[in-house]
Amino acid sequence: MRVFFGRNPRNAVTVGLLVVLALIPLYAALTGNTFVMTLFTRVLILAMAAVSLNLIMGYGGMVSFGHAAYLGLGGYAVGILAKEGIGSGFIQWPAAIAVSAVFALVVGALSLRTRGVYFIMITLAFAQMAYYVAIGLDRYGGDDGLTIYKRSQFGGLVDLNNKTLFYYLCFALLLASIYLVSRMVNSRFGLAIQGARSNERRMRAIGFPVFRYKLVCFVIAGALCGLAGALLANHTNFISPAMMFWTRSGDLMVMVVLGGLATPFGPLIGTVTYLLLEEALSRVTEYPGLFLGPTLLLVAIFLHGGIAGLFERRAP
Amino acid sequence: MLYFIEQLLNGVQLGMLLFLLAAGLTLIFGIMDLVNLAHGSLYMLGAYFAATFAALTGSFVLGAVLALAATFVSGVALEVIAIRPLYGRSHLDHVLGTFGLLLFFNELVRLVWGPAGMTLSLPGEMLTAVQIIPGVYYPAYRLVIIAATLAVAGLLYILVMRTRLGMLIRAGASNREMVGALGVNIKLLYTLVFGLGAALAGFAGLMQAPILTVQIGMGENILILAFVVIIIGGIGSIRGAFVAAIVVGLIDTVGRAFLPDLLRAVLNTNTALTLAPALSSMSIYMLMAGILVFRPEGLFPAASK
Repeated sequence: MRVFFGRNPRNAVTVGLLVVLALIPLYAALTGNTFVMTLFTRVLILAMAAVSLNLIMGYGGMVSFGHAAYLGLGGYAVGILAKEGIGSGFIQWPAAIAVSAVFALVVGALSLRTRGVYFIMITLAFAQMAYYVAIGLDRYGGDDGLTIYKRSQFGGLVDLNNKTLFYYLCFALLLASIYLVSRMVNSRFGLAIQGARSNERRMRAIGFPVFRYKLVCFVIAGALCGLAGALLANHTNFISPAMMFWTRSGDLMVMVVLGGLATPFGPLIGTVTYLLLEEALSRVTEYPGLFLGPTLLLVAIFLHGGIAGLFERRAP
Repeated sequence: MLYFIEQLLNGVQLGMLLFLLAAGLTLIFGIMDLVNLAHGSLYMLGAYFAATFAALTGSFVLGAVLALAATFVSGVALEVIAIRPLYGRSHLDHVLGTFGLLLFFNELVRLVWGPAGMTLSLPGEMLTAVQIIPGVYYPAYRLVIIAATLAVAGLLYILVMRTRLGMLIRAGASNREMVGALGVNIKLLYTLVFGLGAALAGFAGLMQAPILTVQIGMGENILILAFVVIIIGGIGSIRGAFVAAIVVGLIDTVGRAFLPDLLRAVLNTNTALTLAPALSSMSIYMLMAGILVFRPEGLFPAASK
């Protein structure tokens, strides 16, 4: 657990945030405010996608500008199977993970040959392809998207229609993925990935098969995001190509950078901040983007290391 | 055959439009090393300015000239206020900051011009179709677009290859630090290049305004196409952008027009009709992915780096 809670002023904030997140259903039950539940379930799911993006972008230095594609693929795996009469979550969710993993394998194998901004753009290109394929799926709603009439069935085990249960399931999966990622980046594998981020040539000279390591990392992130996509489809009961449009990938990148790259809880902090800011602004003004946009610009200019970096002790 | 020529011209026209956007993007990228996601917003602004000024002055040409000036000024202001602090930062910071700008501009346009789109009508003489070769008629305005863009491309070529400013721009693209060290006012150069890029994007937007509806978010799709163009062409290379823009324009348009029929020859009609639009939209991305796999720096990599 030292990985999680080293001695660091950031921890108070992280623990506080986790406690608040754990108490949301209680608050919703007491006040009867179901909107809070819907909003925060969304926060948890997108945070999970951000965690997976942070694995490759933050720790691996692979700036993927097409991460929303995996959310969409996971969602479509659930939606398409549901439409074809396969309602079991035991099939849907593994399918979502598998489809995303395979897509990530293909994308990664081709794009990891390129560097820098070319990598950014080629991952974007693949995500746009997925977007247009989804538009072309006439049988599954095409441009209009696909309504999912039944959430994934898990026998009698878990009933996803129970909002509180679904919330805690998302919460547990989010925590599990944060744990998984932070264990991974501190393993030999993860250290090699981080080494490749700072100096790839040197890692290769030492004898690490860098390309293969990065590819595996890329596939794991894709699979994790696919699972988040399956959750999102179950949450909204709807899936559409718009979920994969490049601005959605931009949103995910913003969440990760805003929270703090290459920190275990940064993506969660970033997602909470971004979505709540969006929500709060749209309450007080008709034009939230007028304030949200410049905020992002200011964060990019002044806040090195995102919000998590604010609580970081100055390096000696 | 006639249809084919028409589609070919449409492809060239889309290509020219993409070139206008890509030229500015590739200059900004090559010289300032800035990933500018807000470039599409300048395209959108150009279209809105044109629609507004044309309505105010009652003349399309006058409106276009004013719109061009207005986007140039907006670009310069944007650079001085918001873009300058981003130079020399990581690409991720660029993405975050300019993504914020994109949100800002979408909302600003909604505030100023309202959520409904606008239309810009053309003067009568541009609405007619011209007989280009016996039996083939083509909308005059689309020919105007092609001619005007070619003229701009020519001017840009002269500017970049034959003037002192162009020399500095080229020098900046191949070695930024050295240009600064030689005493060139690099700040001013950056501002001018950004303004030039903004004006080119605005020009693309205003030329496109009469064909499309002027609406919020209109720059978002085409921005990605422009990025594809500069990646295929090689970052920082205007020549590459020109070639790649035409290739992308042709593939996109011709694919959209003929893929359904081609597919119908091999597949049954229904499958072909569903598959074709997706496939033709994907084709340019496949082209880009293919090119990057074999030539990771694009077709015409800029001299050094």
